[in-house]
Amino acid sequence: MNLEKVIFGFFILLALTLNFGFFIGDIDNPDHHAVYELYAAIVVNLIATVLKFGERTQIGAILLASSLVADLQLIAAAVLWGVAVYGTEVGLTPMVTASIVSLSGGALLANLVSVTLLIIETAKMHR
Amino acid sequence: MHTVIALILRRMRGPLLLVISAYSIAILGLVLIPGVDDQGEPWRMDFLHAFYFVTYTAPTIGFGEVPYEFTPAQRLWALVAIYLTVITWFYALVTIIALVQDRQFRETVTQARFSRTVRHLRDPFYLVCGYGDTGHLLVRSLTERGLRAVVLDIQEERINLLGTRDLISHVPGLRADARQPETLINAGLQHACCVGVLAVTDDDQANLQVAINSKLLNPALPVTCRAETEEAAGNMASFGTDHIINPFEAFGDRLAMAIRSPRMHQAYEWLSSMPGTALMERPRPPQGTWIICGYGRLGRAVHRFLDDSGVPTVVVDETPEENGCPDGSIRGKGTEAHTLDQAGVKSAAAVLAATADDADNLSIIMTARDLNPDLYLGARNNQLSNKPVFRAANLELPVEPSYIIATRILSLINAPLLPDFLRLARKQEPGWHEQLVGEMRRVSGESVPEIWTVRLDAVCCPALLLALREGLVKRLGHLLRDPGDRDAPLAALPLLLARSDEVYLHPGEEAVIEPDDQILFCGTERARHQLEASVNNINTLRYLGTGELRPDGWLWRRLARQSTVRMQEEYKR
Repeated sequence: MNLEKVIFGFFILLALTLNFGFFIGDIDNPDHHAVYELYAAIVVNLIATVLKFGERTQIGAILLASSLVADLQLIAAAVLWGVAVYGTEVGLTPMVTASIVSLSGGALLANLVSVTLLIIETAKMHR
Repeated sequence: MHTVIALILRRMRGPLLLVISAYSIAILGLVLIPGVDDQGEPWRMDFLHAFYFVTYTAPTIGFGEVPYEFTPAQRLWALVAIYLTVITWFYALVTIIALVQDRQFRETVTQARFSRTVRHLRDPFYLVCGYGDTGHLLVRSLTERGLRAVVLDIQEERINLLGTRDLISHVPGLRADARQPETLINAGLQHACCVGVLAVTDDDQANLQVAINSKLLNPALPVTCRAETEEAAGNMASFGTDHIINPFEAFGDRLAMAIRSPRMHQAYEWLSSMPGTALMERPRPPQGTWIICGYGRLGRAVHRFLDDSGVPTVVVDETPEENGCPDGSIRGKGTEAHTLDQAGVKSAAAVLAATADDADNLSIIMTARDLNPDLYLGARNNQLSNKPVFRAANLELPVEPSYIIATRILSLINAPLLPDFLRLARKQEPGWHEQLVGEMRRVSGESVPEIWTVRLDAVCCPALLLALREGLVKRLGHLLRDPGDRDAPLAALPLLLARSDEVYLHPGEEAVIEPDDQILFCGTERARHQLEASVNNINTLRYLGTGELRPDGWLWRRLARQSTVRMQEEYKR
């Protein structure tokens, strides 16, 4: 067992699960989407991205790309949240909430790709 | 560039992870700890403000406690946040600064920049391994001829010199071990524009390695090698190195030729010096006894060639037994008068100082001249930087190994037919040599002539092929005319004409030319440009061949044809 691989897999999976946790619930109901979960998802996603830095394989490149996509989507969701609540006084209307959650939904897809690639790579190693 | 980015990312992975963790812990703490607003109501910091606070705290900017004054509990956590983020932030900064200064990193960056420059080269270039005196002479002459060069050398200082020298075009250089195949590939060994490898380091083994790697990685590429021992030369020849140059053999050979057939030697010298320099008429080496001081590689080669030509020699060496000197050799350095006396300097005809030390060589020469002012003196100049002293010593025969190698390689590059010409010319009578030297002097005046090859094919001169097909030009003499005035001759001399498997030495004006002929010329630089211009212009060729000046273009051609028809009709009448 390789500790590095465990940590790597852990963060990539955690990024997906946290993202999913935030995403699940009524799309326009702000009560179903905790801000802490979004925060945790962003932090864990950033860590997962950095962990993928410096890989020089093809699959490593796609892993990094998918992570960057997830980061972008989640940060966009957070910025939208911040602007809606503090910047423009609009507040978390159903429309804003729906936008935030759908952005995180996109990130979820990217994270799903990440995990799938990780599983494929692991399955390809017959050791 | 990939490796550079990958290296940065890999090195920054740890510090970045630390920064992210520190930020996230600090932000989370600020959000979770309850505070009070300016009305005294319970209030909790939101993520936006927490991130803002941490962002200005970490680089020690510190705008104060926003948006409301902190409670003691919040301040306690802010303390933790400050130490945590400030320290990790600086750690990350220091890591990236250290990385930029890291030797390995900088080398990676230079290497990446170098291979990118080489990859983007779009002109034919030579890969020069070794940038010593020889390499420098080669690179300078190549760039002056509009060719490009890429330089590899194992010494940092030499590559730094490359930047300070005044070269016409930019020459990419890298401090690297040319023996490594990867280095050669980075330097453009497999690049489509690479036209040859010149291995001219002072280490035979390194040259050998470069040659074998090049021959395996790009078999079609011509490789020219410097070799100073016969074993290395034999080894290089065994796997098909195209040209092997041994400066000492070359020198010994020429010296013997200068003694036996001075005119041929003169032609030889003129054809292989640096073009544009002044033509030298050196005194003919004497046939009396030669004293050779130093029985190294040069001494050995000279001794053998002189021996073969029947010139008597006396060898002076510090350790005659160990160096395998011939019988009757004198023990000593040659710098002292008594050693030279013992060798018979009073009755000798010539002294050659052939040691590997420039100071010793000069000392030998000065001592010998004192003892016998009529001597013919030769000395080996090992370092080009000492050249002014050797020039001041006013020698009859200076020997510069680096110059010999550089001029040989250059003539091979410029005129691949030259070795064939020299081989054939050697077999000719002295009278023929005399005539050749006279003609060369006529075309090139007082400076060393340029030598170049013209191949009459579609790549070099499609216009000439057309002119040959239409019968506008037939003979070599047609090309050797001034394109401005066909009655004036061009200052160029055809040395050799090669046609599939036949070669014609010194073809005359009436020689018939055919497509795919290769012709070796020597002459002035101006003549070279004129010839190159005229073989590429059908109108000039028509003028040279027929004397007819005709306007070109569809309309003018039609008009010209009509006027010829009319003229013919008038003529008939």
